Amino acid sequence: MIDWGWLADHVPALLYRTGQHLYLAAIAVAVGLAISLALGVLAARHRRLVPPFTFVADLVYTIPSIALFAALVVVVGLSVLTAEVPLVLYTLVILFRNVVAGFDAVPPDVRDAADAMSYSGTARLVRVELPLAVPLIAAGVRVAAVSTIGLVTISALLGDAFGGLGFFIFEGARRGFATEIYAGAIPTILLALAADRLFVRVQAWLTPWERRAQAEVVPG
Amino acid sequence: MTVIDATAAWLTDPANWTGPNGIPVRLAEHLGVSLVSLLIALAIALPAGLYVGHTRRGSGIAVGIANVGRAVPSIALIGLVLPITQAFDPARGFSLYPSVLAMVALAVPPILVNAFAGIRGVDAEVVGAARGMGLTELQILRRIEVPLALPVVLGGIRSAAVQVIATTTLGAIFALGGLGRYVVDGLAQNDDGMLFGGVVLVATLAMTAEGLLAGLQRLAARATTGSGRRPRSRASLARPIAAP
Repeated sequence: MIDWGWLADHVPALLYRTGQHLYLAAIAVAVGLAISLALGVLAARHRRLVPPFTFVADLVYTIPSIALFAALVVVVGLSVLTAEVPLVLYTLVILFRNVVAGFDAVPPDVRDAADAMSYSGTARLVRVELPLAVPLIAAGVRVAAVSTIGLVTISALLGDAFGGLGFFIFEGARRGFATEIYAGAIPTILLALAADRLFVRVQAWLTPWERRAQAEVVPG
Repeated sequence: MTVIDATAAWLTDPANWTGPNGIPVRLAEHLGVSLVSLLIALAIALPAGLYVGHTRRGSGIAVGIANVGRAVPSIALIGLVLPITQAFDPARGFSLYPSVLAMVALAVPPILVNAFAGIRGVDAEVVGAARGMGLTELQILRRIEVPLALPVVLGGIRSAAVQVIATTTLGAIFALGGLGRYVVDGLAQNDDGMLFGGVVLVATLAMTAEGLLAGLQRLAARATTGSGRRPRSRASLARPIAAP
């Protein structure tokens, strides 16, 4: 059932696609986090910005990924942006939500104490509120990373230059070649699971005071 | 403006609204696959979630299944089962079965987690009082826990339904019908009108489903708890969402 010869011949291609997969996902999560932090800080100061931001992000999130990827081809043409714009947009829903929730979770007493110690607005934000928001932000990064790793595969729709490991799933399905589908599907699943575990660790490491990991699953 | 013109022309062309590749047929296929998948997932995840929530047994396993289910990308799962189902049934094994299986796997985690978290969140004193009044365990579950947990349980079903409707689109990559067909074929044939028409249809369907189900959830919550307020806990703000 598995064509081992094909696999042996395609080790460099597999490595290249794995690298591409991680690279596309990492850029999306990093850019998404930067934007979410900026928007989150803005929203922490102007609360009435939260509902419209959340609404727009939720709206984008309901658009199925193949539709968004395909739409981008017509709008911006084919470049790395065609893949990255949808990926970043999808991370924003998760990350912005969690950044805002993180700032909300800062106890009012702590804020008052910081004010009483005459922290300026910015210093309070950076040195008091941000560290306390880290657990929820890290939880968001975990979900965003796992979901982005899945979404990268779908960017294979855009053409052979994209998709990371998804390239093999698409090409394998087109050619009806099981080995190639597996060569894309199995490493993708392993990457997603590994990212999930990795970020659970990162979360625990960033928040040593939370000995018992905060409920690993949160109801939606 | 040409893209908008092409899209409008495609959407308003009567030829696209009839026949086996017409919009009504594709919409029916899309909803059919989504509904079947959702029903299978409900049959699996709802009893399991209620059981785990009520007895508090097996919550570790439920969390584990939910976490793995959330992490595994749908398209990779389709790829994983496709060669196997295709060996049994060359036609439907390539498109229908893998898609339904992946959609079930997508829908199980939110239904399962919300069912058990909702039931577990019911005030222990209320359950204790019911037990003191002589209610059987099944009666406690049916008359006390389920009604009180209903908004959370429905929240899980809603989020599963929206995700499934949006993600069924992916099946088009593997020759499944549904509205995703137009997006994939439009891209392959360089037909911007069909592509964008498909994008519009798919996005409209997903957003309509989200809006309708949110409304239903609010109605149900009002009917059971007397307030239509969505519970705004920290958890609901930080809800993790699976891939669109």
